[in-house]
Amino acid sequence: MNKELALLAYVTRLGDNALILAQRMVQAVTLCPELEEELANANFGLDYIGQARLFYSYAGKLEGKGHSEDDFAFLRDAHEYRNVLLLEQPNGHFGDMMAREFLFESFYLLQLDALQSCDDTGLAEIAARAVKEIRYHLRHVSQWIVRLGDGTDESHARMQQAINDHWPYTGELFSADAVDVLLRSDFNGPDLDVIREQWQANVAAVLSEATLGKPDDGWMASGGKQGRHSEHLGYLLAEMQFLQRSHPGANW
Amino acid sequence: MNSREWPLYEVFIRSKAGLSHRHAGSIHAADDQMALDHARDTYTRRSEGVSIWVVRSSAIVASDPAEAAAFFEPAADKIYRHPTFYEIPEGVENL
Repeated sequence: MNKELALLAYVTRLGDNALILAQRMVQAVTLCPELEEELANANFGLDYIGQARLFYSYAGKLEGKGHSEDDFAFLRDAHEYRNVLLLEQPNGHFGDMMAREFLFESFYLLQLDALQSCDDTGLAEIAARAVKEIRYHLRHVSQWIVRLGDGTDESHARMQQAINDHWPYTGELFSADAVDVLLRSDFNGPDLDVIREQWQANVAAVLSEATLGKPDDGWMASGGKQGRHSEHLGYLLAEMQFLQRSHPGANW
Repeated sequence: MNSREWPLYEVFIRSKAGLSHRHAGSIHAADDQMALDHARDTYTRRSEGVSIWVVRSSAIVASDPAEAAAFFEPAADKIYRHPTFYEIPEGVENL
């Protein structure tokens, strides 16, 4: 793999992460516990859709085959998606959603922060814009972890279970493959080992404030970044892509 | 009101530096930090503000509408208290 292909793959992964999480958040619209939280969730989902559009537009430009952001979003099958497995997991209850978002955004914020100073200007500019949105999301979601973890016996138990359930999907965030290595070496991209240490410390601090236990690192799922997904992604894409697949080029 | 409902907060937004905070509306939240977040997500989505105050609605002491006459009408006939004899320079928008 040359450096141009690595950059394209890396930007596509960022777009896929943003879009798949956005779609999960969209699925939760009308299901949040309060009207105000409803707005927060929908706002955050829209932030991610905005980021996905930027990443896909840039990927289309890098690829140079005339593919639009819609082509990336609606006309690729599950095996062509490169999002991490954590994000395609079903929504479950509100605590599950908060756990998934918390674990991911604790990583994503560090990733974007590092990308702001990478050597590719296009990617650095998108990261600089996205990092502000994610900093706020993480603040919001961390408060929920503390609120539910340090809440009632019931909410504590369910929040702990949610963290435990999502923990095996966090290993993939830090396992560098050829794309990550090339981005690091040729574009001054993020050092995943450094990010992992910061992530561990940040996550541990919030969990401790939430009186929650940090799960042990046992077996970790992997494969999303290489296109090997869980069954959940197929259903998610079927719903998301239905309209464009049935009515190609539909617009309104 | 359902007793399980979150407490009500009043939201005040400063729309730009130099102006004072103005009442924007109210939201429900379980605690102060959540109130700030909800106010941000509800009332500043379209860049309406640079600063937010939230306060529990129950902490606000309000005048009684039934006492409005005693409260406010005595000021109405004291024209000498109104600064109507000054000319406001043109171009001053916020005084």
